Amino acid sequence: MPDTPSISREDVAHLARLARIDLPPESLDHYAEQLGVILGAVAQVAEVAAEDVPATSHPMPLVNVFREDVVRPTLTNEEALSGAPSVEDERFRVPRILDEE
Amino acid sequence: MTSAVTGSTDLTRLTAAETASAVAAGEVSAAEVATAHLDRIAAVDDRVHAFLHIDAEGALAAAAAVDAARSAGEQLSPLAGVPLALKDVLTQKGIPTTCGSRILEGWRPPYDATVTARLKDAGVVILGKTNMDEFAMGSSTEHSAFGATHNPWDLDRIPGGSGGGSAAAIAAFEAPLAIGTDTGGSIRQPAAVTGTVGVKPTYGAVSRYGLVALASSLDQAGPCARTVLDAALLHSVIAGHDPLDSTSLDQPVPDVVGAARRADVKGLRIGVVKELGGEGYQAGVRQRFDEAVALLTDLGAEVVEVSAPHFPYALAAYYLILPSECSSNLAKFDGIRFGLRVGEGDGDPSVEQVMARTRAAGFGAEATRRIMLGTYALSAGYYDAYYGSAQKVRTLIQRDFAAAFEQADVLISPTAPTTAFKLGEKLDDPLAMYLNDVATIPANLAGIPGMSLPIGLAPEDGLPVGLQIMAPAMADDRLYNAGAALEGALLDRWGRPILEEAPAL
Repeated sequence: MPDTPSISREDVAHLARLARIDLPPESLDHYAEQLGVILGAVAQVAEVAAEDVPATSHPMPLVNVFREDVVRPTLTNEEALSGAPSVEDERFRVPRILDEE
Repeated sequence: MTSAVTGSTDLTRLTAAETASAVAAGEVSAAEVATAHLDRIAAVDDRVHAFLHIDAEGALAAAAAVDAARSAGEQLSPLAGVPLALKDVLTQKGIPTTCGSRILEGWRPPYDATVTARLKDAGVVILGKTNMDEFAMGSSTEHSAFGATHNPWDLDRIPGGSGGGSAAAIAAFEAPLAIGTDTGGSIRQPAAVTGTVGVKPTYGAVSRYGLVALASSLDQAGPCARTVLDAALLHSVIAGHDPLDSTSLDQPVPDVVGAARRADVKGLRIGVVKELGGEGYQAGVRQRFDEAVALLTDLGAEVVEVSAPHFPYALAAYYLILPSECSSNLAKFDGIRFGLRVGEGDGDPSVEQVMARTRAAGFGAEATRRIMLGTYALSAGYYDAYYGSAQKVRTLIQRDFAAAFEQADVLISPTAPTTAFKLGEKLDDPLAMYLNDVATIPANLAGIPGMSLPIGLAPEDGLPVGLQIMAPAMADDRLYNAGAALEGALLDRWGRPILEEAPAL
């Protein structure tokens, strides 16, 4: 069973970076406190999660859900791009993907 | 059930079943029904704020199509011409779909969800999209980026969540039917606190295609209504196998409408779940629940107490599994393919910087919290202790249900520990907010169906109390049978539907 975790503002900044959320620095302490409280409460799952209990990922397990390999209608190019913030030459336009160096 | 509809009838007060038969009989046109509801929305929704978008033009066109089909002598489907409010987490082609989030503001999906397509095919008239907590994360609709919905029973109180808009629309007579989605109680808890009926079907019974995913292993769309029969009629329209959803169950839909009409609990074994009650439940909730249990006994049910020893761990498991799935599902909101993009003009930012700025601007506090929680729970080094353990608890919850259903045909509990609380009361206390779902979460973890129906008003505050019924997977019909029996007995006792007690808006 894990110790009740203590979450620091540096931890929150790290999680936010992993989650690609540019949090304002002044919000980090508040999130740290709230996440610490929540994680402290949910850590109790380890009390009953014994070695011999199998994990369940899905309530109604289905296997090999296949369909016939036939062509079906799909969205048109125009429809697929219709909600994009920026489009160029019938493609999603993205900001710079490489670092400056 | 059919009432003679005259010019003086308030069309917004009819049940869906009554409306459909009046339309089918030509006593009223679908256009008149739609107009009556659009007028009602115009009159009250500035105070209730159940809707994020009203599609008057589309609704009137759908109603006109039903009227034309009837004039042409076509056979109408059982809900043709009945208005409905659609939760804003389901796509409707060309109609704004925000999920209550700034990050999707202005997005008009290029396709219909399967639920939406089935509603349209059935001649159901979709009035608009209803308010919700952002991406269905919350129990009060206060986490909507577009402002909270207000409970029609008391506008200073929460309508439940995340589907507070759908429940409030029904309770305020803005629509007789609505679609909700239930990941941890988001159909049932709003039903409980607004005095309405809500059903989470068996996981996989209703297609998730076009339902913007929060937690894919938990999400399930279902019916919201003012009566058990209306919920059953809507359930039978939206349920059934869909090849577009690989988790959709390829099994026949149980006869929920027949079960709602049967309404007979004689000899039915009803299990009261020991762990879902008692301490932590408001006195008036417990009192109305105990009275309902006595009433079910009077109706001939065999009531027994059952124990589900791992239910006390369900909330903790849920708040690991849900954030984990959510952090993955919400990664798609990256400012590239749809929705918001911000921070591009500032220098020459990289795609990662634009993504991070967009997500910071687009997600509210609760979405941010849960994404970070999930990111933490799935991190190397913590995975086994948190997410792995939570998945094991999920197995233990399923085993508890399996054992309980050996002793009982259906299980019951209060739907929520309290009646509607005040707006703002729990907004910045996530754990207190999460506790609202303590009784509804086990059903989601196990994938079984659950219903909430109103059982009276709590004496201390005069606000609605809900009772939850749960059944084994694909035995959704049992909910409707038991629910309709209890509903009928309560109606006999009260003399009129519970929503008649709500103050006029």
